Amino acid sequence: MNFVITVLTLTVRFSAALLIASLGEMFNQRSGIFNLGCEGIMCMGAFMGMLIPFSYAGAEAVPFYINLLGLLGGLASGIVLGLFFGLIVITFRAPQGIAGIGLQMLGVGIAGTLFRSYIGGTQSISGISSFDIPLLSQIPVVGKIFFTHNPIVYIAYLMVPLASYIIFKTPWGMKVRAVGTNPRAADSLGINVNRIRYQALATGGAMAGLAGAFLTLCQAKMFNADIISGRGFIAVALVYFGHWKPSRIMFGAILFTFAQTLQTQIQIFVPSFKYYEFLNMLPYVLVIAVLAISRESNKLGPSALGKPFNREMRT
Amino acid sequence: MKNSYKIWFKVSVVVIAVLSAILLGSLLIIAAGGNVLDTYWIIISGPFYSFRTFCEVLLRAIPLIIIALGVSVAYRSGIINIGAEGQMAMGIAAATAMAFAVEGAPKIVAIPLCILAGMAAGAVWGFIPGLLKAKLEVSELLSTVMLNYVAAQFYSFCLRVPLMDPAEIAGGGTGTAMSAKLPQNTILSKVVKGTVLHQGIWIALALAIIVYILMWKTSAGYKMRASGASSRAARYGGINVAFYLIVSMSISGAFAGIAGAVEVMGTHGRALEGITSGYGFSGVVVALFGALHPAGIIPAAILFGILLYSQVSLQLFTSVPPNLVTALQGVIILVIVSVQMIIDNPYIMERFRKRFFSRTKEAAA
Repeated sequence: MNFVITVLTLTVRFSAALLIASLGEMFNQRSGIFNLGCEGIMCMGAFMGMLIPFSYAGAEAVPFYINLLGLLGGLASGIVLGLFFGLIVITFRAPQGIAGIGLQMLGVGIAGTLFRSYIGGTQSISGISSFDIPLLSQIPVVGKIFFTHNPIVYIAYLMVPLASYIIFKTPWGMKVRAVGTNPRAADSLGINVNRIRYQALATGGAMAGLAGAFLTLCQAKMFNADIISGRGFIAVALVYFGHWKPSRIMFGAILFTFAQTLQTQIQIFVPSFKYYEFLNMLPYVLVIAVLAISRESNKLGPSALGKPFNREMRT
Repeated sequence: MKNSYKIWFKVSVVVIAVLSAILLGSLLIIAAGGNVLDTYWIIISGPFYSFRTFCEVLLRAIPLIIIALGVSVAYRSGIINIGAEGQMAMGIAAATAMAFAVEGAPKIVAIPLCILAGMAAGAVWGFIPGLLKAKLEVSELLSTVMLNYVAAQFYSFCLRVPLMDPAEIAGGGTGTAMSAKLPQNTILSKVVKGTVLHQGIWIALALAIIVYILMWKTSAGYKMRASGASSRAARYGGINVAFYLIVSMSISGAFAGIAGAVEVMGTHGRALEGITSGYGFSGVVVALFGALHPAGIIPAAILFGILLYSQVSLQLFTSVPPNLVTALQGVIILVIVSVQMIIDNPYIMERFRKRFFSRTKEAAA
């Protein structure tokens, strides 16, 4: 029982970073931009989340607003990288898959370089501590699993209905979907396709940066160059898995994190199990398997995904 | 000349691109607290310090050439292989296992067998995403990245359990997960005594010729290039696009596997953690930088060998962290893909002509 509660609690806690990044990537892809550089943006965000509180007080406790500033720093760096990616793939119309690899290397490289020159080695920060919701956290079992987390975890889960509302109900969300589905039709209705795509990339970048900052400030409370360890790529895959819908993306994020938490906890609870590398593989194999099974889902996606829009050219 | 503006356009785009890449790099060096000119000078001049340091560059160029050749085959066939990292790891594991199996065999038999083993393992690891893409429409960008992580775990497992150095288990070592030293009959000998450069360079050059012949002189290569250029037209022309997708991806994986085998047999002499060290991703950059052609890939790989070697010299002579090189590679990818698209954009070219060449044209008229 104890084992089950631990696994479920950690699943809810650790899924937040993946969830935020995936929801951000959903905005990118809904507008027709395949941003594989999510990993790089997250790494940059994670670095900002470390840099700001660390340069204020090192490993000492810092006022809450400094940590908040760290999150905002991650968010801002995400916006900058998102817009930079927009310059490459929207204005210059570069192929998105390969440009995404470039952005990933750029983000990871910049974060690693600045980390080595401003922070040096492995350092810890106090970070943002967990917050037990009064009353609700007292409920046996359920309270521990759902209501004893970091404030950002709650915000991440609140983002799911919010993202759903924005993408399906607001005028801006409809424009995003329009430029991702049929940019030419959207253009003929007077929507500025490229501007909407830039906005979507800024939104997605901001969320990826925030997810990165969350990782350092709330989860790991330290930074190293491979802190993201593939979460950015997983986030992109989860958008496919989630059929570009926030609620399904949330389900995917939970499922993946559950697989990952389960394997780490098995290693802790059953230390005699020697072949733990095979457990480590499981979450990644799961993602491939799910992508392979849900092949029909590609048809549910934005039909202009990955295609640059050229106003001057007939298509 | 009537169309001289086209040449001027291309030249100026490339010049601007190079300048902006240098500028972005400089900003990063300044942010990292380094001296821009010194840093660039160390990156460029480091390899030419002596013949031995230049061999260090060529040493790094060997896996880059082999991987980039494989990536270019896949890219030309319309599939992007960013899984070379994992395919290389599988190649290393298989080649190492084979090396211990053929212990005592003559060198002329042992070395090809090890390379074949690495090649086969890499090919399998390339076949999987190729099949997933062709039959189940799984994006190769996602599946190859996931397979990289799976391969990395499998590789760690191999180092820790089946291939673990018996001396480490016996308590003689520090317990580091690595294989025993490869038997002497599977080690690639050095090209020049006293340097690090090994015979793998000939393998890399031979593979470059093979790729050229395969892609430009055989009908299979023509079909692959046709599938990549326009899969619908190729299908209409009776080419089995799905089949060639899988074949090209397997070839791509096989090359990464060979790179892994050559790297373990020539450079390290035993399987260790971190042999792949980003070669898989750098291979993609090299392939693009070399315009996806063997004749371009070889010089591009030497250039990137210089860049990778600078990771060593930067650490020795400056305070700039070697991670800078990763960021520079990212900048280079982004600049290359942008430049290609701008050069092919007739609209921007037309604006360029109006802006800078309209007066001369009027004068001529």
